[in-house]
Amino acid sequence: MSAKQPFEAVIAAHGPVVLRVCRAVLGPADADDAWSETFLAALRAYPELPGDANVEAWLVAIAHRKAIDVTRATARRAVPVADLPERRSADSPGQRDLDLYASLAALPRKQREAVAYHYLAGLPYAEVAAITGGSAEAARKSASDGIARLRRAYPATDQNGEPS
Amino acid sequence: MTASNGWQAAGLPRTPPPVTEAELRALRDRLAERADAAGLLDVAYRTVDTPVGTLLLAATPEGLVRVAYPGEDHDAVLAALAARISPRILNAPRRLDGAARELEEYFGGARRTFDLPLDLRLATGFRRLVLSQLPGIGYGRTASYAAVAAAAGSPRAVRAVGTACATNPLPIVVPCHRVIRSDGSPGRYLGGPAAKQLLLDLEAA
Repeated sequence: MSAKQPFEAVIAAHGPVVLRVCRAVLGPADADDAWSETFLAALRAYPELPGDANVEAWLVAIAHRKAIDVTRATARRAVPVADLPERRSADSPGQRDLDLYASLAALPRKQREAVAYHYLAGLPYAEVAAITGGSAEAARKSASDGIARLRRAYPATDQNGEPS
Repeated sequence: MTASNGWQAAGLPRTPPPVTEAELRALRDRLAERADAAGLLDVAYRTVDTPVGTLLLAATPEGLVRVAYPGEDHDAVLAALAARISPRILNAPRRLDGAARELEEYFGGARRTFDLPLDLRLATGFRRLVLSQLPGIGYGRTASYAAVAAAAGSPRAVRAVGTACATNPLPIVVPCHRVIRSDGSPGRYLGGPAAKQLLLDLEAA
């Protein structure tokens, strides 16, 4: 019997990172659903997970599939919206976060996934490629293209949103 | 966190905001409810503060399976439950609501017997037989290790009765604290001698 830690400890260790990955890939509105589906599926499969498995890579792989499910479900029930809500003050942290998510949402999905799995979850490109399909080199290119586009979206602001 | 360091190392001006404790707790609580409804919550646990310290309570769908004193190291207890029962373990207080309420009533002097479904799977063989005898020692009474051994049909197994009490997975609820030495001294207790004395004093009041 492998010494597997209680699932509660898995949530404590990896729950925040998986939520950030879901937010980056899906946006904050749909991220909670993807997170819940991810951890419910993970809980179901957890007893069979090999004791030496990379738990974070396993969770990100499940989150990847659940994010695709959530995207499909959202597309099915989508209703056209005439106008986006008016922007609040760009100085508020909440607005800056929304701007960041909007920039992520503007990326092609492959780039967004590669950026999230590599730069947020910290997975090596070989692991990213195993999840998204394609080669590690292609994953590296997607991530670097995505990062370049994000940089262009925020050329003149620092961490606090101040001009630098 | 290494993840956001990687983000910053990429030269991006803005890091996705960290996840707050409250956000994670809300998601986790909802997950626990869904897991329970889906039959995936093999072990639910919570802690309760009592006069004998913070107790860990754990329950399977069958019933209360573990009560642990702080001295037993709750993390170690949960790790043992993961190995013995299932790693599908969540901090999910709802399943323990009844146990927590009855313990509160007990420590308040308003309850003399526990009326809870119990899961005794962690005690096997003779130990389980011994534990099944203990509720027969009524509230406020005591019995010697030798008397319990005799009642279990093995009068010479006094030491084994001591072991059964020392490894009781459900202390307080299964009243091993009512088993004392033949000379009337309390004897050892897995929650420590002070806890045993406190329980005996509580029940004698």
